[in-house]
Amino acid sequence: MTDPRTLHIATPTDREIVMTRIFDAPRQLVFDALTKPALLEQWLEAPGRSFDLCEIDLKPGGAYHFVWRGPGKKDVGTRGVYREVVTGERIVNSETWDDWDAGEILVTTELVEQDGRTTLTSTSVYPSKDVRDAILKSGLEPGASQNYDRLAELVASVAEAQGTAPSVK
Amino acid sequence: MTASERLDATFAALADPTRRAILARLASGDASVNELAEPFDMSQPAISKHLKVLERAGLISRGRDAQRRPRRLEPKPLADATRWLERYRALWEANFRRLDTLLATMQRQDERRYKRTKGTVR
Repeated sequence: MTDPRTLHIATPTDREIVMTRIFDAPRQLVFDALTKPALLEQWLEAPGRSFDLCEIDLKPGGAYHFVWRGPGKKDVGTRGVYREVVTGERIVNSETWDDWDAGEILVTTELVEQDGRTTLTSTSVYPSKDVRDAILKSGLEPGASQNYDRLAELVASVAEAQGTAPSVK
Repeated sequence: MTASERLDATFAALADPTRRAILARLASGDASVNELAEPFDMSQPAISKHLKVLERAGLISRGRDAQRRPRRLEPKPLADATRWLERYRALWEANFRRLDTLLATMQRQDERRYKRTKGTVR
């Protein structure tokens, strides 16, 4: 049986990444964990780095700025402006990456609660396919291809046919 | 080809459903062009075109038999692509697992606060 908390990643168009994940908590708690610096700092990390700056002004027109720092690594910074904020339900914000002039990404985060569980759907729309693919390769955002699930299936069937477990889990 | 170009070629090759089906078929054993064309409502030249894309991406190779020229699946680029994807997927899975833990803690704190509030009312 699959864990209901499995992360689903899809790229429905050339310019999008959609992530879906179920959390075993009411949506207001998930919303708080996404929008309160003291909570966000406890779980969101860039590879090999932890939060150095986490500022959030949660209101339409308000800005956020995050910087992650790690030993022997270049700082990673991202910032943006909130376009829409519906407490517990929906956030729409712009997103740009410091030191990378790739244009603005539009992120819509939606929370839907059912039976005490919350489904988070995060849709990022990138200025171009090239930018989206670069983000995927950078490791700051989730990885996927146009057909991640199919690729996974395919690799599984190859492994099965060859009688070996996939080398990557 | 650089590693990044190879990945691009792999993903471009995988973007088509017919090519994915061809790879899935080859996963269960080598097959000739005719055998590969059979399940698809497609001309042999159309299938050959797909095979060329797969071959260029290094996803398939040709067997020794000069008559049949069977196509064979080359698992390495697929494994490379999966590794690449898995790394980034793993990153978000790790983030969300930390969030799971945090949410569980927050819920326990909420319950305690709720019990305390009820206590004062009483």
